[in-house]
Amino acid sequence: MTAPFDIAHAGSANKGSDAPATPRNVPNRGGAPNPSAADLKAKFGTAIRRVDVVWGETNVYVAPEAALDIIRWLHDDASQQYDYLVDVTAVEYRDLEQPIEVVWHLRSLPYRRFLRVKAQLTKNRPLEIPSVWSIYKSADWLERECFDMFGITFVGHPDLRRILMWEQYREGFPLRKDFPLRGRFSRAEQLRQALAANPEARYSMEELTIADAFEDLPTDMRQRLRGGERTGE
Amino acid sequence: MGLTPRPDHRVVEYNPSSQEGWVASRLDFLVNWGRANSLWPMPFGTACCAIEFMATAASRFDLARFGMERMSFSPRQADVLICAGRVPFKLAPVIRRIWQQMPQPKWAIAMGACASTGNIFDNYAVVQGIDTIIPVDVYVPGCPPRPEGLMYGIMMLQEKVMRERMSDVVIRNEMEPDPKSQLYIPAPTIDELSEPFGNSVHQTRSGL
Repeated sequence: MTAPFDIAHAGSANKGSDAPATPRNVPNRGGAPNPSAADLKAKFGTAIRRVDVVWGETNVYVAPEAALDIIRWLHDDASQQYDYLVDVTAVEYRDLEQPIEVVWHLRSLPYRRFLRVKAQLTKNRPLEIPSVWSIYKSADWLERECFDMFGITFVGHPDLRRILMWEQYREGFPLRKDFPLRGRFSRAEQLRQALAANPEARYSMEELTIADAFEDLPTDMRQRLRGGERTGE
Repeated sequence: MGLTPRPDHRVVEYNPSSQEGWVASRLDFLVNWGRANSLWPMPFGTACCAIEFMATAASRFDLARFGMERMSFSPRQADVLICAGRVPFKLAPVIRRIWQQMPQPKWAIAMGACASTGNIFDNYAVVQGIDTIIPVDVYVPGCPPRPEGLMYGIMMLQEKVMRERMSDVVIRNEMEPDPKSQLYIPAPTIDELSEPFGNSVHQTRSGL
């Protein structure tokens, strides 16, 4: 009987020294960068804008249009094997001139490497970045959260809609710097809009267990579900 | 043979002149006594207050002493809604529906600072006190309140139950929210209830 998936052994690609070592006396700035940074520079050239080492972790700034190719290469190439997407998030700085950064945290289990990839999006144009969902399925909800909080559109995401706030939320993107802490509407209006939401209409049928029983449902119900009807409506 | 016949218990002897076996009481006292000592809680635990609530229900503090050991996770068999923790706006329709599903007579306890006022979470996502959504009988302060605090609140609620009178015609009326806005108190009142105080005075609404 074959295993249903390949078991990842941490450090298995490191020949010789694969024992994990706790870093000590790590400087704030500088130090040896992740070897992947040099590989990226050799492979992608000017698409790699800058490489920083902060607290011993390597940040690679990449061109937004090349981000998908770079991450795909990092995932697929045998010399990198970044098989684990830890997080997708974004950073907006208080300085409004600064661009918004989209951040991917990547980890290579076979090489015991960690890499932070950043892409800068200037603010005077639509915030769009390719989705990495085609590479890492775990990017699904991470990108949805990033879209919900920052309003960044991940092009190619299969189901890009709000995940934390309810779908009818109209006040904007809460983690943006121009978003007031208490929201844009008065408390009564916020409450009125929240109470108007149907608490059972937040999930598509596909997300519920009823999706498993789809074939057993009556024909008319199947047709309604195919039309994209939500539960509770 | 030598057996004496059993007395027939189907026959109740009534002798008004002997006061044995009889108690005269007010009906609403008896009803309230029964209600106050068998409040079935509907725990609505969303945050750290729920941990203290669980401690209150466990053996050391023992909610069973108040006839509350039966946690009613179904709102339709519950008497008192205990909201333990902060309620985000996304949960507002949920707690409203749970409250509407509970049969009368019903009471609500807002446990902790978040459920009562929103606490430090004076932000875009958190309801500034569940009394803007459902009527609340007892507020328990604390962040989170200790089990003794919750029990004190429960005893206050019992006292409130004991004071109810059946002749009071409005006391068991279901509060119907305004069908258009779904709010049951006027919007300016909600805005006033949610006014910032304490540390939040120093925050500006405009952001930057």
